[in-house]
Amino acid sequence: MPATSAHAAVHHGPPQGFIRKYVFSVDHKVIGIQYTTLSVVAAFIGMALSWAFRIHLGWPDAHIPLLGMLSKNGAPGGLMTPEYYLSLVTMHGTIMAFFVLTAAPMAGYGNYMLPIQVGAADMAFPRLNMASFWVTFVGFLLACATFFIPDGPPLSGWTAYAPLSAVGEVAGPGQGWGQNLWGLSIAIFCVASLLGALNFIVTTLDLRTKGMTMSRLPISTWAWFINAWVSLLAFAVLLPTCLLLVLDRLGGTSFFIPGGLVINDQMQPHSGGSPLLFQHLFWFFGHPEVYIIILPAFGIVSHIIPTFIRKPLVGGWKVITWAMVAIGTLSFIVWGHHMFVSGMSPYMAMVFSVPTLFITIPSVIATMVWLFSLYRANIRFDTPMLFSLGFISLFITGGIGGFFLAQPSTDSYLHATTFVVGHFHFTMGLSAIFGAFAGFYYWFPKMFGRMMNEKLGKVHFWLSFPLVYCVFMTMHLTGFAGAVRRYSALVDDFMAPLIPTNRFISVAALLLGATQFIFLFNAIWSRFRGPEAPNNPWGGTTLEWDTTSPPPFDNFGGRQITVYHGPMEYDGEASVMQTAPPAAVAGT
Amino acid sequence: MLSDQRSDLKGGDVNVTQSAIPSLGQHEVLMEASPYGIEKKKLGMWVFIVSDACTFGAFLFAYGYMRVGNPVWGTPFGVGSVVNGVVMTAVLLSSSFTMLAAVRASQTGAKPSTKKWLGITMLLGTIFAALHLKEWFSLIGEGWRLFYNPTGGAAQFGATFFSVTGLHLTHVVTGVIALAFIARGYNLGRYDESHVETAGLYWHFVDLVWMFVFPLMYLMNAH
Repeated sequence: MPATSAHAAVHHGPPQGFIRKYVFSVDHKVIGIQYTTLSVVAAFIGMALSWAFRIHLGWPDAHIPLLGMLSKNGAPGGLMTPEYYLSLVTMHGTIMAFFVLTAAPMAGYGNYMLPIQVGAADMAFPRLNMASFWVTFVGFLLACATFFIPDGPPLSGWTAYAPLSAVGEVAGPGQGWGQNLWGLSIAIFCVASLLGALNFIVTTLDLRTKGMTMSRLPISTWAWFINAWVSLLAFAVLLPTCLLLVLDRLGGTSFFIPGGLVINDQMQPHSGGSPLLFQHLFWFFGHPEVYIIILPAFGIVSHIIPTFIRKPLVGGWKVITWAMVAIGTLSFIVWGHHMFVSGMSPYMAMVFSVPTLFITIPSVIATMVWLFSLYRANIRFDTPMLFSLGFISLFITGGIGGFFLAQPSTDSYLHATTFVVGHFHFTMGLSAIFGAFAGFYYWFPKMFGRMMNEKLGKVHFWLSFPLVYCVFMTMHLTGFAGAVRRYSALVDDFMAPLIPTNRFISVAALLLGATQFIFLFNAIWSRFRGPEAPNNPWGGTTLEWDTTSPPPFDNFGGRQITVYHGPMEYDGEASVMQTAPPAAVAGT
Repeated sequence: MLSDQRSDLKGGDVNVTQSAIPSLGQHEVLMEASPYGIEKKKLGMWVFIVSDACTFGAFLFAYGYMRVGNPVWGTPFGVGSVVNGVVMTAVLLSSSFTMLAAVRASQTGAKPSTKKWLGITMLLGTIFAALHLKEWFSLIGEGWRLFYNPTGGAAQFGATFFSVTGLHLTHVVTGVIALAFIARGYNLGRYDESHVETAGLYWHFVDLVWMFVFPLMYLMNAH
């Protein structure tokens, strides 16, 4: 029976042996944990980089011995050069934006939870799923490898603006093989993201169990599903952008390099290209990317809040879902607001400013859904809920900064300042991280079968939350005062008075980073020593709470799952599992 | 026998739990139907096509941007090249028809006919690739490079022509190889008509992309 054996390979039984089970596994749960672990490792690397440059910004003469060991040219004697400062910022942004914020909430939790939440045994294409993770892993290794090659990491920022990123090693340290590896790493990451998005979409549409109509999908599944579409379209454009960049660098083409460009007294052998083309292509990806980062957090928080307030979200599944659909759609027509000071026509700036203000409408609707749901609710302040509330606060604060940046007139002043740095760290950085923390605390019992320590979780939250404001709200203020982004030492006449403020930010950032070790300790300790988790510790109603912790290999132990209810049927202490037969509900 | 295998296939496709309850067997009983009734392989291919269209779109956008930004543009194609391009177009269009014939034949279970039409489709794809490479080599012979324009106009002609058509050619070659795998698996009974159909979707998409590439890259660059 060759036909069935081919399918047996796709619909695998439980694997035997360590390598098949934990390394090259096709099980979506293992892959989800692999992605999450990769993200946690990447997050701590990215954080260590930020420590290094925050120390330098606060104390421009400080020597960091470890850094001197990492790069003899970049930090001779431990004192970083302005170029190496840029390299650190570039790699901080690259690692955080791609390998942490894009990977963890979507590929990590999504991989683990989405098939369970729709009642499937696995993703639609398990082998493709395994490939996505290992391709991502190779991309991550390539990105990290830039630290250990003689050239060093690139210095063109995570946005890799041309022509700086396109002309090659003449542009400075890191612009030779450092930038080549960067381009390759991101192109590879694009392929992995596209495969992942394809898998998410097909799984959501085709593998829903009986009764799991689209209107009964948990909001987190909706968020991953919508996000998969946004990823599918956005990464499909970043991929060719990276390819064209690599062609400019290695093939001698001039897509992004204008004629008559002189760098370090050398006339560049290029003509006719356009740096603006790079920005258009990059931001066509880049703006949806910030929503790719934040939409899973929307989903996670919308999934968690009803559980901890014991009532459905205001407006049911429809309002929040349509708000996310609107955000995903509008995200593709606002990219020009990153380019107000790029030299683009001012009329174009107007054209992009208007949809940027429009996209605040669904964002505000989503925020209002969360806030109105909390009104008069009997809130349980467990750690996942605390981080969800923290997410709402950070997202609102970041969003208000967005109004200033959406207007070309105010953006012209604020664009190249730390105001923007503070803004995007609130919106796509820390909001998404808080969403990811909420999800981590919420789903950890399901993923590992053990509870995390509540006390440590609360300490983690109550230290992190104010420190985030200390760091990034203060950056808004230094930005107003004129502190320029990407300057390694703010020692000029007009910026020198900001040094004490920068020290304040740096101290807060170091403390904020140190706080994360509480989380790391809690996660590792609870993984092995935490109390055993019940199947449904939070009183959730969706399918992941209707199986063991952790779930068996086929997720439901061979049970046929039939869904009769929506995902948010809470009424005080009473709640209805999605699988509860109608007769049983009538009986209670 | 063959149809038995297929129903097994669809059963196994759906859910692990299903194999535990073979008596129920049918998709609708245990699962929500796909909104458009498309099975997962085919849906996956459609989703891939959406994504790949964006990738081609970005390349063509870059071409348009370069072209508008460089008024002095080389137009290297004479009558010979245009005729070559028309023949290539005809070959690729015909291959879509032969692909359709292969899908039709596989759906009626006509195995020899399916193999024949798949073979002809692969042959037409190969002819297309050969004609395309001939075009490339003659351009390279005239001195066109990714970064050089022998007629003195914008260097972006070579950059855009070779990258856009190179991407398309890669798709054609990948398609021929994929069809070879499908034909072999189909011959061995490992694949069924749904695999042929899914491969056909890809093939038609590559054909459709050429319908954009041909006028934009050839006809607009003819002198």
